[in-house]
Amino acid sequence: MSCRSGRLQQSRDAGEFTRLTPEEHLDQPGSLAIQTLALRKVFGTKVAVSNLSLTVRRGEVFGFLGPNGAGKSTSIKMLLGLVKPSSGQAFVLGVPSDDIDVRAKIGFLPEDFRFYTWLTASELLKLHGRLGGMPASLLRERVPALLDLVGLSAHREKRLRDFSKGMLQRIGLAQALIHEPELIFLDEPTSGLDPMGRRLVRDVIRVQRDRGATVFLNSHILSEIEITCDRVVFIKEGEVVASRDLRAFPDAEVGVVARARNLSTQTIAGLSQWSTSARLDGERLTLTTHSTSVLPDILRYLTASGSDIFEFTPQRLSLEDLFLKIMGEDRGL
Amino acid sequence: MGAWIMAGVTFREAGRKKILWTAVLAGSAFLALFGTGMHFQLKDITRHSLPPFVRYQLEAAMLQVGFYAVDLLAVVMTILTSVDTLSGEMASGTIQAIATKPISRWQILLGKWMGFAGMVAAYVAAMFGGVTTVGYFIGGVLPHHTLSGALLVFLECLLVLTVTFVCGTRFSTLTNGVIVLGLHGLAFIGGWIEQIGAMTDSPRLVTVGVVSSLIMPTESIWRRASFEMQSSFTRSLQFSPFSNASAPSVAMLGYAVVYLLVALVVAIYLFQQRDL
Ligand SMILES: Nc1ncnc2c1ncn2[C@@H]1O[C@H](COP(=O)(O)OP(=O)(O)OP(=O)(O)O)[C@@H](O)[C@H]1O
Ligand SMILES: [Mg+2]
Repeated sequence: MSCRSGRLQQSRDAGEFTRLTPEEHLDQPGSLAIQTLALRKVFGTKVAVSNLSLTVRRGEVFGFLGPNGAGKSTSIKMLLGLVKPSSGQAFVLGVPSDDIDVRAKIGFLPEDFRFYTWLTASELLKLHGRLGGMPASLLRERVPALLDLVGLSAHREKRLRDFSKGMLQRIGLAQALIHEPELIFLDEPTSGLDPMGRRLVRDVIRVQRDRGATVFLNSHILSEIEITCDRVVFIKEGEVVASRDLRAFPDAEVGVVARARNLSTQTIAGLSQWSTSARLDGERLTLTTHSTSVLPDILRYLTASGSDIFEFTPQRLSLEDLFLKIMGEDRGL
Repeated sequence: MGAWIMAGVTFREAGRKKILWTAVLAGSAFLALFGTGMHFQLKDITRHSLPPFVRYQLEAAMLQVGFYAVDLLAVVMTILTSVDTLSGEMASGTIQAIATKPISRWQILLGKWMGFAGMVAAYVAAMFGGVTTVGYFIGGVLPHHTLSGALLVFLECLLVLTVTFVCGTRFSTLTNGVIVLGLHGLAFIGGWIEQIGAMTDSPRLVTVGVVSSLIMPTESIWRRASFEMQSSFTRSLQFSPFSNASAPSVAMLGYAVVYLLVALVVAIYLFQQRDL
């Protein structure tokens, strides 16, 4: 119990969090895309996922964050019926996760997408479409559309063995979307992609959300998560430690990066009346405050104390800072 | 439906594997060699002006050698093509993109099995056809009950295939290959021990052979196939390694079929239980 409240405390320090209450798990099962209750997976003696309880609403772009080995991929695999949970329950689109038929409505891009190297790009999509139960007539129009979407039209007759890693990732993404799924799991979709590819993934996610699909995104590239996700949860050692709504901007804590000259040490010391921390690094001044409302006061104070301000940019606490704060400063693993 | 899609893709995949074409090449080379051998054998026989029935027996024995080689080729080809289909796809993660489609695991496994079964059927048919053709046109001999022989060899290959699938759900490709080849080798040695036991009237040796056939019935299916394809006269001669001093009973064949079905169910069960 003491451990639990300690974690709660840590979360508060890191910002405004909504912790999931047990009641939340039970409300309107139909409106939930994903629901897990005390999901656990043990491989031999290794606890991969210890106690995962989370809910994802339909239509949400959901970020699933955590350090390497936190159990993210294992959790996704349990939700897809690839891995049998040791205990606990998991529901996707309102049915137990080992249901076969529901998978016609689910798309999945595995962590490290591989497929038969002797297939060509369009053969691969056709095969996946057929396995997904799509009629041939529909596939004839979807396959070229998807190849176009992921920028592989020119390589449609190329065999996978001649694909680069990024191209494989792109065809994997197309495979996950071919049947217009209601729920899409993307396990590190941007790994190996060039900047255009990353932009593409972002655009694809946006299109899927606009279409009403739910996206379950697992990524280490927090700047992307920040742009694309509606909500994130942080997991550590297979347990949810924090959750955050990214669409609601919390006023709680705000960082400011300023470029300034002629700043005296006294001036910086004087900032402590508003800010929790202030650091000068050459011309770069970084400070954090408790509220955006004090920013004008700080600016007035700085100019009054004779410093020249060239830049003054408020920033909310980045997801990366948040991540590090939640996960602790240890080097992980 | 899903099983048929998997069968189709597996069949096509097998067709793109080097190992299959190596087996086809080896098969063709063997047929050429076999034809040449038979040709010269015939020449020598004619020179020695042996009585026609001895001549025929020699040609028929040669034919059995041919079928034996085909049997060996087919079994080895079955193992080598299918040995990494499960373990390899699980290790690479390829299976993840398939197992998350709306088809159940048993369909994936059965589909793959059917795909390989189709490929093996084509191979056995082609090789049996080849040996029979060569035997008839060059040696002037026809085997008895070719179809039963071919079907039995096909059954033997299916058995090997199914055992490969069972091991493939649990072991790495290499381990799997070693286990299945080892089991087939055991059956082979056991078969010989049984034959020697039968010829020397040593019931304990026969028991050893029977037990090994129970562990892996492949060799006894081959001996039954060989028995089916020989004339009753050759059977009674008991002088060649293919004369089958003790031909496996029909009950043994029944056992082999049950063995195959049980193995298939076990493979499906193990695959369903597995984390991918
Ligand atoms: N099949 C398995 N057998 C044994 N241990 C496993 C297996 N799969 C995963 N694990 C272990 O479970 C833990 C969680 O693994 P998982 O792949 O879910 O992590 P992850 O959060 O996806 O990490 P990453 O960010 O590196 O992808 C790891 O410690 C891993 O070693
Ligand atoms: Mg992972």
